[in-house]
Amino acid sequence: MNRAMLDLWVGIFVVAGIGALMFLALKVGSMNTVDAKESYQVTALFENIGGLKARAPVKSAGVVVGRVSSISFDDKTYEAEVTFNLDKRYSFPTDTTASILTSGLLGEQYIGLEAGGESVKLKNGDRLKLTQSAVVLENLIGQFLYSKAQEGPEQEGTTNEVQ
Amino acid sequence: MSTFVRSIAGIGRRTLEGVSRMGYATRFFFAVLLRSGTAFQRFGLTIREIYFSGVLSLIIILVSGLFVGMVLALQGYETLQTYGSEEVLGVLVALSLVRELGPVVAALLFASRAGSAITAEIGLMKATEQLAAMEMMAVDPVARVVAPRFWAGVISMPLLAALFSAMGILGGYLVGVVLIGVDEGSFWSQMQAKVDFEEDILNGVIKSVVFGIAVTAIALFEGYDAPPTAEGVSGATTRTVVTSSLAILALDFVLTAFMFRGIS
Repeated sequence: MNRAMLDLWVGIFVVAGIGALMFLALKVGSMNTVDAKESYQVTALFENIGGLKARAPVKSAGVVVGRVSSISFDDKTYEAEVTFNLDKRYSFPTDTTASILTSGLLGEQYIGLEAGGESVKLKNGDRLKLTQSAVVLENLIGQFLYSKAQEGPEQEGTTNEVQ
Repeated sequence: MSTFVRSIAGIGRRTLEGVSRMGYATRFFFAVLLRSGTAFQRFGLTIREIYFSGVLSLIIILVSGLFVGMVLALQGYETLQTYGSEEVLGVLVALSLVRELGPVVAALLFASRAGSAITAEIGLMKATEQLAAMEMMAVDPVARVVAPRFWAGVISMPLLAALFSAMGILGGYLVGVVLIGVDEGSFWSQMQAKVDFEEDILNGVIKSVVFGIAVTAIALFEGYDAPPTAEGVSGATTRTVVTSSLAILALDFVLTAFMFRGIS
């Protein structure tokens, strides 16, 4: 095999390999880690974060506007401190509410932002004061059973009357 | 009693042999790294080797990638269907290929397709005293023969792994979307949402580079160290495939433990 053919085949191979990498990078994956240069950091304290994990999306009106960068425990307030990066293109007022929501019944958890009415915008290093914790399914079931047990005897009475 | 003592002595001897062979292999590896100047100055040599180990492995890599992806989609669909979450099929196929199967299976195929050929070639060069003849002509066989093959393997492996993953995802798409009828939009969008470029794809590429170094280094060493007989070369070829397969799987465990620890 002569030199030119060799070069051609190796060239095809390298181009195809790089093409496959580009396909993986653009079509399969997405560069959705928000770049540190193009984002600002905001923290929020939550009573309970449920199953929230680092890299979880931060959404507002359903649109991904940022990503959770780290989660730690604050031993002064005994709350979870969540740090997240928001895209520089979007600005939010300082009285924005952050709540931990679940996509679907059993889906992944994310932070939902709901803008308030303040005119001052959030900037790097700010802390959100209004937060809403994750809904823990066990607690919910516990409350439901508790309230069910309280109204229990009354219901028995009604069924007896029917009988 | 004497057979018992002899068998224990045999264990000790084999252990010592293994350890000193390991030392020789490490010395050989660094010698290759130090004398790889020629492989870059005369890049034509390396290109020729990329053709033999990379381009000629393309067919087996592409076809097996396609089939692995198709099987993944079929098996994944069966299980996901019972939970009513067929739309994450794309995520399942893409993540398992990009993180694990792409680098690992491509490296295993590369070891048996190209690694064994490298060992047999260099072993025969040694048996027919071509390497000795080169030394007589003051041509360094490590720089002229070994180093270009090493760099060719290191360059080819990540490209082959990426092609394997891409073909596998295509196969998963063919079976999942075209054949079974999973919704095309959610197949791709869920995949894009869950596969991260740095965490998943880049780590897969790093894995395949490490496997490329391991496989070619083992293949070259086994060839260079082969006893110069027909039997010796055949034994060395077998050892290349066995050792590099084990090395790939062991390295994969270590790398996975390093890379994906922080995710969950």
